[in-house]
Amino acid sequence: MDLLTLSGIVTGRGQRVLVSAFDLRLSAGALMHLTGANGTGKTTLLEVAAGLRAPWEGQVAAAGARHWVGHRNALSPALTPSENLQAWCCLQTDARPEAVDAALTRLGVFAQRFRVCRALSAGQRRRVALSRLCLAIRPVWVLDEPLDGLDQAGLALFASLVTDHRQRGGAVLVTSHQPLPDGIDDVEFRTLEAA
Amino acid sequence: MKVWRALWRREWQLARAQATDWLLPLAFYLLVASLFAFGGKPNDPALVGFAPSILWVGALLAALMSLDRLFHPEFEDGTLEQWCLADTPLPLIVTAKLLAHWLIQGVPLAVMAVPMAAALGVPDNGWLPLLLGLLLGTLCLVMVGGLASSLAVGLPRAGALMPLLVLPLLAPVVIFGSGSVRAALSGGDPVAPLYFVGFLAVLAMTALPWACASALRSAFD
Repeated sequence: MDLLTLSGIVTGRGQRVLVSAFDLRLSAGALMHLTGANGTGKTTLLEVAAGLRAPWEGQVAAAGARHWVGHRNALSPALTPSENLQAWCCLQTDARPEAVDAALTRLGVFAQRFRVCRALSAGQRRRVALSRLCLAIRPVWVLDEPLDGLDQAGLALFASLVTDHRQRGGAVLVTSHQPLPDGIDDVEFRTLEAA
Repeated sequence: MKVWRALWRREWQLARAQATDWLLPLAFYLLVASLFAFGGKPNDPALVGFAPSILWVGALLAALMSLDRLFHPEFEDGTLEQWCLADTPLPLIVTAKLLAHWLIQGVPLAVMAVPMAAALGVPDNGWLPLLLGLLLGTLCLVMVGGLASSLAVGLPRAGALMPLLVLPLLAPVVIFGSGSVRAALSGGDPVAPLYFVGFLAVLAMTALPWACASALRSAFD
């Protein structure tokens, strides 16, 4: 069964077409690594896949709820990781605020839960942003540069998160300029060309 | 209910963490209103006649100061993306956010207007219409300002644009709001103009959060 289907997507920024006639099917357990040079529209396409941006043409169909982790962490710098994630949970129907501590523990930032995000390192903020993936079980993950700022241990953690998710029958669409960490295998590659 | 509590708690935590955001407009209001008094003749009885207008315009200018902080931080840090994708409808999130902003920013300004009215020599029968009018007036400003700041959320230097977008739309609010204070001072009925300001506030609250939500969504297109 296909969890995420993009058919005939045309999109771009401003007046400029970046991606045209793009098709993609992600089935359960699949992981697609979208690559391409800077400015080829990877982020734009991912925003379309996540439902944030309406495509100019074509259709996006998702068989279930989607997780979106953009290159911005969606953490208010003046609030703590705990406050940020609890506020997020309360806006979702499938996430419970009580699960926040467990998610932060899984990502190894439990000790920092009461420090304001402004005072955290880039890697720690990234881990907090990724802990949303543990707060709600969703079949489709759309991740834009999730490895930014992660250290070796963080990369291994990310690999284990992704592996667990795929074993549960989830699908992942990811962009990354660095190669995905060891432990993630069976990766489909797609390269976006400049239009 | 869970959503309202969560969003209001978030705004409260933000207000506590960044106290200058809501204290600066209050200080600004105090300064502007007292400078008007200093600029006139000492003990000029004409000041009472101008006081409603000074207090009203001062409050709106002060409330305007924080408008560019309304959605811009959320846009910058990516929270807005998560709001657009959340299970909770965006207009509901926007309404909760705007009302929280009004409680944190508008209500203190309206309350502060009363002692300042006393300082400018406004007799006490004008205080209640002033307070009620400003409560409704700042609500209008937050709603209209919410629309303006969500339209301008992706633009650089949106703060400079705010007064131009918002103030012309608030002319009726100022006319009827300070009109109600003047009516009370001259022995007339202050209630009718207040009803009109109330009508504008309700209209703004009913229609504008939806417009805000679509403006915020279009920030990603």
